[in-house]
Amino acid sequence: MKARVHVMLKDGVLDPQGEAVRHALGALGFDGVNGVRQGKVIELDLAEGTDEARIGEMCEKLLANTVIESYRVEIV
Amino acid sequence: MKAAVIVFPGSNCDRDLAVAFREAGMEVSMVWHKETGLPAGTDIVGIPGGFSFGDYLRCGAIAARSPICRAVVAHTERGGYALGICNGFQVLSETGVLPGALMRNAGIRFICRTEALRVATADSDFTAGYEAGQEVRIPIAHHDGNYTADAETLARLAGEDRVAFRYADNPNGSADDIAGVLSANRRVLGMMPHPERACDAALGNTDGAAMFRALAGVMAPA
Repeated sequence: MKARVHVMLKDGVLDPQGEAVRHALGALGFDGVNGVRQGKVIELDLAEGTDEARIGEMCEKLLANTVIESYRVEIV
Repeated sequence: MKAAVIVFPGSNCDRDLAVAFREAGMEVSMVWHKETGLPAGTDIVGIPGGFSFGDYLRCGAIAARSPICRAVVAHTERGGYALGICNGFQVLSETGVLPGALMRNAGIRFICRTEALRVATADSDFTAGYEAGQEVRIPIAHHDGNYTADAETLARLAGEDRVAFRYADNPNGSADDIAGVLSANRRVLGMMPHPERACDAALGNTDGAAMFRALAGVMAPA
């Protein structure tokens, strides 16, 4: 089975990289981009039947820094 | 007075830190990240700057889960001293030994220059060689030094006098101008600037030497 983990900075945490991307889009003439948030996607190739709670533990212990990041697990 | 400097793949300030400890009179051993324990009698652990594990995932994230870091966390839980500089500060925040996180610099760019810092408290064995409010010039060299913590944590750090250094002219967007923070027992310091790079007159700046001298004094056998 496969799982996709989406890691994003929490709401309210300023994202300097997203801001830089927003400025660059504006410089290319793309108007109306009000905000950009940049995160990461981590794909896990897992043994069949891996418990979703186990994946949550992986996120809490390593994949996300929950001081500043939130995560969402998607089973694919 | 024994110091242990941790070496990760990608550490690049480990030898500078060892020299700073040694010049202050400490006995220094270098400890590879795969070790599961610290040398017997270690008084202070130094976690050096660099790019441990290539900054993969997040700065300091992989190093913080390495075998030696379990021993470092246990050492701090026993009340042992630890000094994390630059990447070492990122590692200590990733282990949870120090609160908060270091994010990408607000201006996106890597910054390598000497910055003016204000000593925010002299009430720690790291900063006792300075006067509170004193300005010192210490080099910074980082891409991810933008200190972030929630409002409650920032209030607690300020209220408990746990901010060790503040930038005089905030270069990276750090909350409350924070350049370095202390643990609750004041025996762990994490800071982005590099005091070990300001310890030798030949390099034109010795503002960092007082930290290592003060530490060595505390740990000198009575």
